[in-house]
Amino acid sequence: MITAGIDIGSITAKAAILSDGKVLGSKVAFTGYNAREAGKSVYEDLLRELEMDKSSIEKIVSTGYGRNSVTFADKAITEIICHGTGAYYLNPEIRSIIDVGGQDSKVLAINPDGTVKDFAMNDKCAAGTGRFLEVMARAMEADLDDFGTLSLRSDRPSKISSICTVFAESEVISLIAKGESREDIIAGIHESVASRISSMARRVGVQEPVMMTGGVARNIGVVRALEKTLGVSIEVSEFAQVNGALGAAVIAARL
Amino acid sequence: MTDTDAGKGGRKMQSDKRMKEIMTGYYIDAKTAEQTGKKVAWITSGGPVEPLIAMDIIPVYPENYGAMIGASKMGADLCARAEEMGYSGDLCSYARADIASSLVDGGPIGGLPRPDMLVCCNNICGTVLKWYEIQARHYDVPLFILDTPICHTEYSEEAKKYVRRQILEYIAFLEAVMKKKFDYDQMAEVGKLSVEGQRLWQAVLDTAMNRPSPMTCFDAFFHLALIVTLRGTKVAVDYYRMLLAEMEQRVADGISAIPNEKYRLLWDNLPIWYRMRWLSEKFAAHDACLVADTYTTAWCMSLRYMDEDNFIDSMAEGYTKSYLNIGVDEMTKIVLEMVDKYDVDGFVMHSNRSCKPYSLGQYDIQRAVQKERGIPSVIIESHMVDERSFSESQTETRIDAFMEMISQKKG
Repeated sequence: MITAGIDIGSITAKAAILSDGKVLGSKVAFTGYNAREAGKSVYEDLLRELEMDKSSIEKIVSTGYGRNSVTFADKAITEIICHGTGAYYLNPEIRSIIDVGGQDSKVLAINPDGTVKDFAMNDKCAAGTGRFLEVMARAMEADLDDFGTLSLRSDRPSKISSICTVFAESEVISLIAKGESREDIIAGIHESVASRISSMARRVGVQEPVMMTGGVARNIGVVRALEKTLGVSIEVSEFAQVNGALGAAVIAARL
Repeated sequence: MTDTDAGKGGRKMQSDKRMKEIMTGYYIDAKTAEQTGKKVAWITSGGPVEPLIAMDIIPVYPENYGAMIGASKMGADLCARAEEMGYSGDLCSYARADIASSLVDGGPIGGLPRPDMLVCCNNICGTVLKWYEIQARHYDVPLFILDTPICHTEYSEEAKKYVRRQILEYIAFLEAVMKKKFDYDQMAEVGKLSVEGQRLWQAVLDTAMNRPSPMTCFDAFFHLALIVTLRGTKVAVDYYRMLLAEMEQRVADGISAIPNEKYRLLWDNLPIWYRMRWLSEKFAAHDACLVADTYTTAWCMSLRYMDEDNFIDSMAEGYTKSYLNIGVDEMTKIVLEMVDKYDVDGFVMHSNRSCKPYSLGQYDIQRAVQKERGIPSVIIESHMVDERSFSESQTETRIDAFMEMISQKKG
């Protein structure tokens, strides 16, 4: 059975295609202004890449904040269930998932059968999310793709105490003026993100093995900072950013 | 199946019309009190209203008006106005809305009638103390404060004496303001009616134990008004008798509030007053019935302490041990009782920024419910009357994920 999952997030739209439990391919594109169009085009672009036709896809599940815009999906499921399903598909031993996307971060506790036991979401502000890292990379004139690696160069991370992204930017600027090193400030930024997420993680409870998903999982600095704060090792799959779409495709096969 | 209101998240009730009539009449009486020579008292929602009824004083509830302001979606503007006056945005949105409303005659009925006196009982929170002091200065009227010490578990002898003494002071206060003697016989009558009203309200809420339930908590939020505002009157007793009969008839006819009740849920904390319909439709679309809630239960929870044959003595304990004046362990016990009584599959907790006593301790209660009963819960956040604090998309994701979890578990 061939199924597809489409995850429309605040910054990126993802698509994944599964055939009898095997990942055929996945794709990431910017969501932009029109969620419906973004969902349609990331899906169609993936099909084209895989040289497949729409007719070969039996069922589609959509997820993410834009899930209800994907009118051609058979069902819309929240990204909480999809991330849980996706991570479990990648590693059925997984018991905790930390998903950090563009505008929110979530922590999930997973049952041995792959169902979600509990979850917490930080959706009140951007401080523990991809958006924060974007703003900070710009403030530090760093490339977002290198940002994580740069943070690992410091052994004395700066202290950034602001819990608000916008105010933290001002704090960073004053740290630069004080002469703190670029690597130390960048490391401090990563610790700040990790501390926001880990306090939420502790509330839900963290049980190993732990997997990190979402776009921010590609940032090695955040992964290491979280490992340090939580005292656990964190698995990151190559499919981390498309994990939601992957989970959606797995669920589609069960419809 | 008759009187369906499909897609509206519940079926319309005949009693709704009567409730609207009574509340309209009540507010008209209050607003025309000056002309009719009656006196008006503003009182907190947990305050002892029975002595006011016995003295033929019209009780008015700024908190009830706050709910109306929220439901009319007038909260954001009034709260912003209060912030312009210098009040913090973190302050209770009932308080902000009321303080601003007093200044601009705001809200759906163009402001509340001037009080002749204020009665403040802090068994619900400490904010009311300052709020009522502000209003006492604004209107230049006498204020009576009933200080109910917090009762973590036990109602000590000292607390008993202290509160009992204040009830006597309260009566003396009313006698001084009204310039007439307190009628203890009338009080005994009012006490009996208050207990009867509370019993009927409990019976109405208990009909939700049926599967399927004839009502949802959204119905309860609406029908709550009378037991809060006119507790101790015959009007309230007659109304709840009628409502109970209607609920019992629904049960007999097999009419359910949610056309396809698959999941039963418990709600915690005050309602999100400006999003009642949205929430009601959202849960109905998931075939979920919010069969009970901790908020409306609070107005019959003190029945266990009240003696209808000796109301004036027993009311002290009843008022002191209100749901928000006890320890978190005690609140947890009550929640677990309700989980069992109404046989619920999940727990929806409103983390209400406006109500610290209700919301502090919610994570502990959540954890206890998960541990002791193994049912999932979800926390949604807002200020109950200030719609600026509500994020629809985020709240929707949490509710949808919660319902998906329950259906994964239950099928």
